[in-house]
Amino acid sequence: MRHRQAIALLALVGLFVALYLWLHALGFGGAIKCGASGGCETVQTSQWAVFFGLPVALYGVLGYCAIFVVAIAALRPAALAQRSWNATLAGLGTVGVGFTAYLTYLELFVIHAICRWCVGSAVIITAIWIVSLLSFKSPVTRTDRAASLPPRGPQA
Amino acid sequence: MNRFYVVLTVLAVVLGITMFTLLRSGGGAPAAAAGPPPTVADDGFRGYSLGQGSAPVEITEYLDFECPVCATFATVQMPTIKEQLINTGRVRWKFRDYPLPIHKYSRFAAHAAQCAGVQGRYFEMQDQVFAHHQWAQTGKDPSNLFRSLAQAAGVDLNAYDVCMQAGRYAQRIEYSRQEGDSLHVDGTPTFFVNGKKLDFRRLPGSDDFKAIADSIIAHAPTPKPRH
Repeated sequence: MRHRQAIALLALVGLFVALYLWLHALGFGGAIKCGASGGCETVQTSQWAVFFGLPVALYGVLGYCAIFVVAIAALRPAALAQRSWNATLAGLGTVGVGFTAYLTYLELFVIHAICRWCVGSAVIITAIWIVSLLSFKSPVTRTDRAASLPPRGPQA
Repeated sequence: MNRFYVVLTVLAVVLGITMFTLLRSGGGAPAAAAGPPPTVADDGFRGYSLGQGSAPVEITEYLDFECPVCATFATVQMPTIKEQLINTGRVRWKFRDYPLPIHKYSRFAAHAAQCAGVQGRYFEMQDQVFAHHQWAQTGKDPSNLFRSLAQAAGVDLNAYDVCMQAGRYAQRIEYSRQEGDSLHVDGTPTFFVNGKKLDFRRLPGSDDFKAIADSIIAHAPTPKPRH
């Protein structure tokens, strides 16, 4: 359960990072806050900031939304004992890490600029991926009613 | 479990406030550098030049940094022109600013080039601004991008920031624009050869300028030998 909670919290932070970048890509908020290097503008205005006609940040918003929703759904009492949720989260995390690795490669070797927000997102999705893999090792949470109810005493 | 949802809610609120603050304080291009100055003064500056002072042909280009045609000309034609005409001592090429009012950030870009120019990096900055011309299609504030381009051009950013914030060359740029008006510049890029306006029906290429330079040099009077 702790793993799924951690993933939900991380996905929420990642969602806000991606949302900020997406809103900036849509023209909200003026210059992006990126420190002294200015690498974010270089990355955001490059041709690789658009993927299949949509801003890359939008894929981040959708991805983090999906992870967040699945993590919250997996925290329902009825779902806690189901290990298939771990596999779903690990699958989403793997896709996210793969896409992030591709974008980081572009930043380092093609665009030659580093966007701090993108680095932040890369750290978050990597953490989600690692936690989702660790969740396979954790014992199944018992949610059966018999385990949660107090022992019955003799009938009066 | 309940405590987790409290933490989640608090985190969402904090992140929401942070993002709202970030979007509201998005900054922007310094007004002093991005807008026209209240007054205009002639500081005697007549543009950055490429080529030898003794070159028989002087071409003056009035350009707008946000203009896509200017960017195409700079990135496609200029390398050949530099190689064949400027570096061979036949042509001197002078750049003058003519920021068009339809472009939101062209004056700002011209100012960035001037602030790089005072550090001896005008041409490097011009190359950067034209080579990364995607900024002109986004309509977004390019101030952070220009800082990174200035850095790539070898400009000292502290001095650059002071120059941009102060709008130090706003009057120089406006003077150049008004000079262009007086010479009937009606678009960018507009070219003058030895002071005479060239009228092209299309974007000229390096071959056009080579032909013009050849013609002027061929008709130039040859100096008489001394006896």
